Amino acid sequence: MMLQVRDLTKAFRGLVAVRDVSFDVAEREIVALIGPNGAGKTTCFNLIAGALRPTSGSVSLNGENLTGLAPEQIALRGLVRTFQIVRPMVGLTVLENVMMGAFARISNVNEAASVAKQAIMRIGLQDKADALAGDLTLPDRKMLELARAIATEPRLLLLDEVMAGLRSSESDRIVEIIQELRGGGMTVLLIEHVMRVVMSLADRVIVLHHGEKLAEGAPADIGSNPKVIESYLGKKATLA
Amino acid sequence: MAAAGPLLDSFWQSLLTLVFFYAFMGLTWNLMMSAGLLSLGHGLFLGLGAYATAVFTATGGLSPWISILIGAAISAVAGSAIAWIGGRFSVRGVQFALLTIAFAELARVLFDNWDFVGSTGGFFLKAINPDTNRPLLTLRGGTLFFYLAFVLITAGAYFLIRALMASRWGYRWRGINEDEDAARALGVPALRSKVLVVAISAGLAGVGGGLFGFLQGSLFPDSIMGLRISIEVLIAPIIGGVGSLFGPIVGAFFVVPLMEGSNVLGQRMGFYGLNTMIYGAVILGVIAFLPDGIWPRIVRFVAARRS
Repeated sequence: MMLQVRDLTKAFRGLVAVRDVSFDVAEREIVALIGPNGAGKTTCFNLIAGALRPTSGSVSLNGENLTGLAPEQIALRGLVRTFQIVRPMVGLTVLENVMMGAFARISNVNEAASVAKQAIMRIGLQDKADALAGDLTLPDRKMLELARAIATEPRLLLLDEVMAGLRSSESDRIVEIIQELRGGGMTVLLIEHVMRVVMSLADRVIVLHHGEKLAEGAPADIGSNPKVIESYLGKKATLA
Repeated sequence: MAAAGPLLDSFWQSLLTLVFFYAFMGLTWNLMMSAGLLSLGHGLFLGLGAYATAVFTATGGLSPWISILIGAAISAVAGSAIAWIGGRFSVRGVQFALLTIAFAELARVLFDNWDFVGSTGGFFLKAINPDTNRPLLTLRGGTLFFYLAFVLITAGAYFLIRALMASRWGYRWRGINEDEDAARALGVPALRSKVLVVAISAGLAGVGGGLFGFLQGSLFPDSIMGLRISIEVLIAPIIGGVGSLFGPIVGAFFVVPLMEGSNVLGQRMGFYGLNTMIYGAVILGVIAFLPDGIWPRIVRFVAARRS
């Protein structure tokens, strides 16, 4: 298993945000983490990516224990995340932002620039490569966030609601990109609210509710799981 | 400008020596700012370099070249320690600036009470004999020597910092300045990057301090590592343009003659305190009307004229 999450628990003072969550992600798999707001999805990401320290439990990547490592150490091991609330470096250009990702693997500035340009082309931001990230629209900022993460050439990519707030044509483009990346050997774990996307993209779905894992399975099974319908999808949900 | 050195009389040489001293110190201060690290204690690095260089040369009998390197190393180690503490315990922004003040003041009080370096009474270098002195051996000399020395180290620091900023480390420092957590999520080693930038900044400031100590001939903790000089070194880069590579040099050419000129004017008119009033008013005016500094405005103006 590429990613192993075991009994992950995070308590903020009294409040338990994530409780005893365990799951695996296999190489080249696309796994979606879904659940209502406040279910602990982003906290899970923060725990996996090292932004938060778990109260208990462990995370390992290809057998190596990541628990307690700093975010940059985890990123350099090939596990890279995007932020739900995008964090462009507004005073830098799009190219410079993406180069920041490329520097994870490459120390030469010219090589980093060419890797960054490839990532920008792939995302379709080439016309804005020299624009300041602070001047981008929200959809472009989301694309930049993705390009920056791709430029690190991760083995496991964690995407936190990259499609929220995008038009369906834009999110279709991201779906295509994610499938291409998987074709190239990347593994993807994503948090997503757009069920249409989850159903078409994910090999497997994990449902969180009140910080605990409620269900796990193939998209079609999750869509018909009574517990999931009750707590998240709603009784009248129709799934594409 | 440097070539005109021999043609200038000693008044202008002395003035330009000060200009380049502040330009140099401003460059080192601005380097830390590239990573978002505000130093309000640069006097510490300046003072450590000055004291180490003077003491190892005068008391230790070492070559001043070796002493100045030791001074730079001591400053760099002190800078690394502060950066490490700040980075390790997530002391960011204004709190980091307070940390730099705390260490600078701590060192100043220690030096004030350290008899080996003369405590508050000061540390004095023996006068040199201008007839037998060989400046390249003693690193001391007349106004022309110091003028050329400060021009050289300023040029050296400028090109070094320019190269650093164009390297992977430069990008990392700017990334940390923009958004440290986002940078770390992309694999930027924040702690190492900060320690490195402060070590280089402090080490360079130590070199400037070593030469400045030789220029002064006497060292007092209050004047060479006190809060006043820590503030003085950041005025030129702020006026010239924080974050612009050339800004500190432009700022020093503006600030130092202003400081000296208002001093002369105040004395001529017999109006004690007039100098600080003029100085303060002009600085205030520049900050109010050119908040980005002088240099970025000049660059924009020239670019607009060309297009």
